[in-house]
Amino acid sequence: MTKNPKPLGKNPVGHPLDDLIRTERIPHIWCSGCGIGTVFSSCLSAIKATEIPYNEFTMVSGIGCSARAAGYIKVDSFHTTHGRAIPFASGIKMAKPDLNVIVFSGDGDLFAIGGNHFIHAARRNMDMTVICVNNLIYGMTGGQVAATTPANAKTTTTPFGNPDAPFNLPLLAYASGASYVARWTILHVRDLTNAINEAIRHRGFSFIEVLAPCPINYGRRNKEKPLDTLKLYRENTIIKNGADPAIADVDFDRGVILGTFINRDRSTCDDMYEATCRRNSED
Amino acid sequence: MAFWRQPLDTQEIQITRGEVSIIEDRCKGCGYCIEFCPIHILTFSDHFNKKGYHPPKITKAGECVNCHYCEIICPEFAIYSVNAADAAAEMDTSISAS
Ligand SMILES: Cc1ncc(C[n+]2csc(CCOP(=O)(O)OP(=O)(O)O)c2C)c(N)n1
Ligand code: SF4
Ligand code: SF4
Repeated sequence: MTKNPKPLGKNPVGHPLDDLIRTERIPHIWCSGCGIGTVFSSCLSAIKATEIPYNEFTMVSGIGCSARAAGYIKVDSFHTTHGRAIPFASGIKMAKPDLNVIVFSGDGDLFAIGGNHFIHAARRNMDMTVICVNNLIYGMTGGQVAATTPANAKTTTTPFGNPDAPFNLPLLAYASGASYVARWTILHVRDLTNAINEAIRHRGFSFIEVLAPCPINYGRRNKEKPLDTLKLYRENTIIKNGADPAIADVDFDRGVILGTFINRDRSTCDDMYEATCRRNSED
Repeated sequence: MAFWRQPLDTQEIQITRGEVSIIEDRCKGCGYCIEFCPIHILTFSDHFNKKGYHPPKITKAGECVNCHYCEIICPEFAIYSVNAADAAAEMDTSISAS
């Protein structure tokens, strides 16, 4: 049985997000320069900014470095099995439709092993917010190629460069039926926090892709120091709200499009279930 | 030709000042706050923290504009800023209360 690390002692003064984190577990496991911490912090700021009571939130994650977030947030949270965060979260939402359900996980967890769950939850417009930390790699297991690794990038399993094309996640989300779709990077953290806030308040399946560095398992093999990655985010991105997701491939040579791609109203899974099943079963 | 009015009420504008706090033992030395502070008032300190990293230190304390960027880019919850006027007021009340 593992033990939690001992508390580091009382902070002289508190960080403004200390009330939403399990401070006794900080410092967290993420490597120096890893972008996951910034995405997590932005998510907590967004939760705070909604002014919704904390006990009306729950966070669900799968397996991976990104998925560790569920263990650091101080609300009821679930660290599930690999790829299964979305079906687990769907179960919570069906049983307790009033909860704000946030899925926080990595690109490998959500789009490789968990890809099928993603498209079906989007198709049904399950009312939840899915935040995907896209670091272009399987970080936790040592840097294997992912479904989001750019063509030609070096990974432990593609030593000559990746021969395959990556997913365009905003297009995948839109085509599957997501009703809110956005993409930001950790450098655009104010926009990211606003987008997460908007996504939480949006009724329906909201998807936010966040580009974040994994300096240890992606950067090191592709000659990118963390600050180089952040400079790419500043110099090789184009902010274009309302852009067509079809042109949103992650290609830093051409420029990566950021912004809110989709924000539309569609009946949610719960609306449809209420109209077709709950109502009839009460007769 | 004279302008019909001053474009900005420059005399009356007050720049917000911030007070930065650093929780040194949470820092992993990524340097993001140092690189992206818009007025470049942070730098690496010479000493090590508990985990063996060099946390940031403030070079020009009075010049922070309380933009909070260091706070929101930090992946470690290790740095934050507060409005300097509020911090001073809090100090006063805690002193008078004790
Ligand atoms: C069923 C199962 N298959 C494989 C694994 C090994 N595994 C753990 S994390 C992971 C991928 C993590 O990648 P990602 O979701 O992108 O998260 P990151 O670590 O990059 O944040 C894999 C394949 C597992 N834990 N369980
Ligand atoms: S391995 Fe990569 S993704 Fe995992 S904590 Fe380290 S930098 Fe972050
Ligand atoms: S709050 Fe802004 S100005 Fe002040 S130290 Fe942080 S980044 Fe610099």
